[in-house]
Amino acid sequence: MIKAKDLTKVFNSGLLLSKNIITAVDEVNFEIGRGEILALVGESGSGKSTIGKMMLKLLKPSGGQILLEDKDIFSISNNKEFYSRVQGIFQDPYSSFNPIFKVNRIFKLVRQSFKKEISISEWNDRVEEVLKKVGLNAGDVLNKYIHQLSGGQLQRLLIARALLMDVEVLVADEITSMLDASTRVDVLEALLSLKEIGASILFVTHDLSQAYYISDKIVVLYKGSVVESGSIEKVFSNPMHPYTRMLLDSIPQLDRKWEEDRISVEDFDKSRAAWKEGLCKYIDRCSLADVNCMRPKLKLVEEDHYVACVKI
Amino acid sequence: MKEFIYFAFKNTKFKIGLAILLFFLILAIIGPYVSHYKDPLEYVSMSNLPPSRENWLGTTTFGQDVFTQFVYGLRSTFFIGLFGGGLATIIGLLIGFIAGYKGGLLDDLLMMLTNILIVIPTLALLIIIAAYLPYRGIGIQSVIIGLTAWPWTARAVRAQTLSLRSREFVNLAKITALRPLKIVLEEIAPNMMSYVVMVFILQFAGAILAAVGLDFIGLGPTKGISLGLMLQYSTLWNAIQLGIWWWFIPPGLAITMIVSSLYFLNIGLDEIFNPRLREE
Amino acid sequence: MVEIKGLKIYYKTLRGDAKALDDVTFTINDREILGIAGESGCGKSTLGNSLILLKPPMKYVSGEVRLNGERLPIDNTVEMRKYRYKKIYLIPQYAMDALNPTRKIGGIIKDLVGQHRVKYEEIEGRLHERLRMVKLPKDILNMYPFELSGGMKQRLVLVISTLLNPDLLIADEVTSALDVSSQKAVSLMFKEFRDREIVNSIIFITHDIAVLYQIADRIVIMYAGKVVEIGPTEEIMANPLHPYTKALIKSLPNAGIRHTKEKLEGIPGHPPNLINPPAGCRFRDRCPLADENCLEEPPLAEINKGQYVACWKVKDL
Repeated sequence: MIKAKDLTKVFNSGLLLSKNIITAVDEVNFEIGRGEILALVGESGSGKSTIGKMMLKLLKPSGGQILLEDKDIFSISNNKEFYSRVQGIFQDPYSSFNPIFKVNRIFKLVRQSFKKEISISEWNDRVEEVLKKVGLNAGDVLNKYIHQLSGGQLQRLLIARALLMDVEVLVADEITSMLDASTRVDVLEALLSLKEIGASILFVTHDLSQAYYISDKIVVLYKGSVVESGSIEKVFSNPMHPYTRMLLDSIPQLDRKWEEDRISVEDFDKSRAAWKEGLCKYIDRCSLADVNCMRPKLKLVEEDHYVACVKI
Repeated sequence: MKEFIYFAFKNTKFKIGLAILLFFLILAIIGPYVSHYKDPLEYVSMSNLPPSRENWLGTTTFGQDVFTQFVYGLRSTFFIGLFGGGLATIIGLLIGFIAGYKGGLLDDLLMMLTNILIVIPTLALLIIIAAYLPYRGIGIQSVIIGLTAWPWTARAVRAQTLSLRSREFVNLAKITALRPLKIVLEEIAPNMMSYVVMVFILQFAGAILAAVGLDFIGLGPTKGISLGLMLQYSTLWNAIQLGIWWWFIPPGLAITMIVSSLYFLNIGLDEIFNPRLREE
Repeated sequence: MVEIKGLKIYYKTLRGDAKALDDVTFTINDREILGIAGESGCGKSTLGNSLILLKPPMKYVSGEVRLNGERLPIDNTVEMRKYRYKKIYLIPQYAMDALNPTRKIGGIIKDLVGQHRVKYEEIEGRLHERLRMVKLPKDILNMYPFELSGGMKQRLVLVISTLLNPDLLIADEVTSALDVSSQKAVSLMFKEFRDREIVNSIIFITHDIAVLYQIADRIVIMYAGKVVEIGPTEEIMANPLHPYTKALIKSLPNAGIRHTKEKLEGIPGHPPNLINPPAGCRFRDRCPLADENCLEEPPLAEINKGQYVACWKVKDL
């Protein structure tokens, strides 16, 4: 359905003379099929949100392509056509609504932009129907301002908006991180109902438990590069990359305590040491690494499971 | 809105400012109808008469009625504030929105222009422009003021637009395929309404002061009357030394009070719009 | 030991007082990490803040707080100055972003101890030792805050906050903004500081019960300004008694659960409005067990040893 091919994003900061180049996303490849959820997992600064923004055409890639059914999305010049197929939900539900309007504005705008042919009364019926699907009562939420609703309700309104548009691809960027546990579940369930009707979902998150709960595939990012990817069952049951292992080790579980002797902190001297082109990016925190761990390529270790580490 | 009105009428600064402003506004509107004379420049009486029943605020050295001059002058002053200040606000908003929303090269160019205008001393520029115009009416004066007063507004609006642009609701509008103009006008601008109102008030006050400054140094309108011209004529004909107080006190006091009332309104509105200043 | 008795803290609002903390009673034992968990708006942060600095619109209503038997003047911000930092200290949620960006870290620390009339030379040795404990090099004292990552800053904040060995350290959502690996490292360092008796007791406030399970000795569950359950961590996790605690734990996705095998359940409804909360049990509207008994407020009663629950229905379970 949607595919990232050698996707790269380089940010230039600083003035002409003191160029400061940051490669936020570095030749990332993945594919999300119809009705599939792909979890894009990584720490802050790993480039996962940048990928989400590029898929929504909010940022232009510096290299590579994003293909929507084999067509480069940046060659689709008609925004209405593109956005009727690809939609997004962002991290902060409160900031996703314009504070001076009532929340039902998001549905009105969708009709005006994409579904003008539907009459207002029919549209309102449809809105009511999808709200029910995400567990909301139209009467309770539509005529309200954001400060009268909870984060969970707002986030579900946004999922309802995507449901209403019959989108083919949804980018969900950290949509549960600002929610309480009790409402987070409802948002995850609403996302699953979208998957059931065939949407391809990019689930960007730093929470591995949620990623495992909801996704079919996973891509683990470190400093913009994919370190491990594949089917979620395989990556979780048999993590191979030292970084993935460390992440899984760090999840606070409800039935198993942390192993206290295994904490990973940035090695200050190593990370400050001059960055050498061509070395593995994880070298500064890796327990297996030696000084000449070269930048590894993703390789197939078993069916549907790729790892980028020379030590394997 | 209800909340706004509630806090507005609890705020003393706002009420004082509004009361003074309304007083002068009403005076400017009805003054010309109640005054005995129709032309503020007509010689109607003896010269230098103190206030009386015939001439409510006395007469000038030329025997013109000061009250009539005063109320017509008020009209010009409000006109200049409204048009000069309004023009500056609109240009500032436009440039600020475009620079802030579009970013990139356009932003760099517009901000370069803005910064150049900021460093050029405005009064000097006004003097040069005004001196080269053979005929100067109040309208032209407002346009000159409006064209030179916008840079600070543009910079502030740009900064606000930049910060609003990074909010997610703007991204949501983008992925709803709204046009950039619609996003700026319907998503970003309404969030700055309170700010725009305050900017306009400050520009209003600034335009009045700029006009008075020009009038006073003799670059005011060549036709008509204004509060600044009244001040200029009265000092020119030694009204202060001769003790003809009714000639220069009314315009001087009115300018001071109008500008102060605008500042009061501005501070009051700031407290009304900003909940953190509201909680005393 | 810190004893909190019948503490009521309200927020002044235009529409009346919001009862953010309503009659909260519990103790924090010596050498204990006490976890406080609950959803946003349950009063957990208000509790932490009220023990340090009661700022308007927060309003002290009644109750008392005793530190080792001595009554803390929490309603008097001037009197509290004697205790703040030296005996009791709070690390707020965004402390790591509040470090002065224009000062070097060494300078920030000098200023801070100076404000509390402590000579920098006296604590310098201790500072170096503590930095070693949190695995930060001495060189960072010559660096600016923005040169550090989030996890490093939070570890630094832990060191700075405990330089005078306070009796009570309150950590308010200190790991929420961190990545999982830093979250683990920082949480375990808090535990280490307690184990080494650098701080006597810690109140660890978080919305993430899974983190509390890793490091807390006892857990307090709060709901809508009230304590609904207190107990030893293992008991609370294995055998939660209050319907709210149960629902909360059930709603967490544990690593290893997939939607295809097991469905998680949320808690329907919302917490009540704190300006005019309903009489009786505040969880009543969302509780599957509620009946007319719940119109009366349930007391916090000891059900098992050390496990206190405020629920009428708990005996029926």
